[in-house]
Amino acid sequence: MNADLHEKPPLLQARALAYARNEEPIFGPLDFSLAAGEVVLIEGDNGSGKTTLLKVLSGLLEPTSGEVLLNGVHLTLAKLSHQVALLGHLPGMKLELTTLQNLRFAVGLGGIRPGITPAIALASVGLAGYEDQPLRLLSAGQKKRVALARLLLVPAALWLLDEPYANLDREGIELVNRLLLTHAQRDGAALITSHGAYAYTSGTPRRIALRAQAAQQPASEVHA
Amino acid sequence: MKPGTTSAACTALLRRDLALTWRRRGDALNPLLFAVIVVALFPFALGPDAQVLERIAAGTIFVAVLLAALLSLDSLFRSDLDDGSLEQLVLSPHPLSLLLACKIAIHWLTTALPLIVIAPLLAMLLHLPDRVLPVLLVALALATPLLSLIGAICVALTVALRRSGMLLTLLVLPLIVPVLIFGAGACNAAQAGLPYGAPLLWLGAWLVLALVLAPLATAAALKISLT
Repeated sequence: MNADLHEKPPLLQARALAYARNEEPIFGPLDFSLAAGEVVLIEGDNGSGKTTLLKVLSGLLEPTSGEVLLNGVHLTLAKLSHQVALLGHLPGMKLELTTLQNLRFAVGLGGIRPGITPAIALASVGLAGYEDQPLRLLSAGQKKRVALARLLLVPAALWLLDEPYANLDREGIELVNRLLLTHAQRDGAALITSHGAYAYTSGTPRRIALRAQAAQQPASEVHA
Repeated sequence: MKPGTTSAACTALLRRDLALTWRRRGDALNPLLFAVIVVALFPFALGPDAQVLERIAAGTIFVAVLLAALLSLDSLFRSDLDDGSLEQLVLSPHPLSLLLACKIAIHWLTTALPLIVIAPLLAMLLHLPDRVLPVLLVALALATPLLSLIGAICVALTVALRRSGMLLTLLVLPLIVPVLIFGAGACNAAQAGLPYGAPLLWLGAWLVLALVLAPLATAAALKISLT
């Protein structure tokens, strides 16, 4: 397209990104970039704005100042792409429907990666045999696994995961790490939040520290 | 990478919402039951005098249907907001207004259409003259989608508030009064042997306008609500 062809822009770039709710700063200003194949951990205490940051990065919330660039293009709610998948605190799934129905809906809405089906995705999160179970009958950890299966299905290069380790057993935590590793190897990237109790164990991920604004300390980028 | 098409997204949404309605069919029948009960109570209160009932028939049926529709409005986006599906809908790269139009269509199909189907029975309960029945059905067929569309805008505006029920009613009622006046007016005119085309055409014109504009307004309102 242009001269940038040689120098590919990073998958996600935040420039002086800040968000304030009712004039009260939640986080920022933050500067960081995320290249394909990277997994970055956002660390911060409760209330330090991790969830809000992910919502801003997904385009759901408009930043108060600064900008988000996705592949070098401005990201706004009016112009979203298939590039981002957000896994929030809420599963975004219907308890009355079966796991397979929920995943089929996610595929309809978000498209599908080549070479995978909802059934395969369910099996790879360890839920083979639960295809026709209504979500309501699953445990909190199993629901989380279904939500992870959704990430495997939709063709998003950037995963924004809010506390992906919550509610998961040791095996589930390993599963998340394995999924993240595979995703990174396929040139995907992921931003995950954590309050520190669980950690991404495969390798040493880059960390972005968020501090509660009361500390009056600007958020800084720390290379682990 | 294969990004899904917009039509696939709409189909998926329609299928999911229909499946959900089927799973919650007890709740879905609630408005229908409400309308039948309201209409059935009138002869008890006013006495079985056919002449009295005939005069109030069309108006009563219209009011009952409108209130029943109002009853079901709050559930339009409620569960989607509570479980995070709404976030996923907003974040999908497809036009939100189109997806919401699908949701509104399902809402009309599952709450208003049964009411229209049962309207002849309600008409019979109140001795509505046979020649007015087609007018009533046409008026209802035009008025109920209008309600769903206007209601959706108001629901989108109020869904994020915690106790939105009261506010929603206050918002919707003034907006649907014209619909009631023209719908019931057409039936009353037909009953009096007067021409009834004009009010029906007005309803039709509003419906066309709402079909185009209401999903856009709903999408805009929903984005405001979510931030």
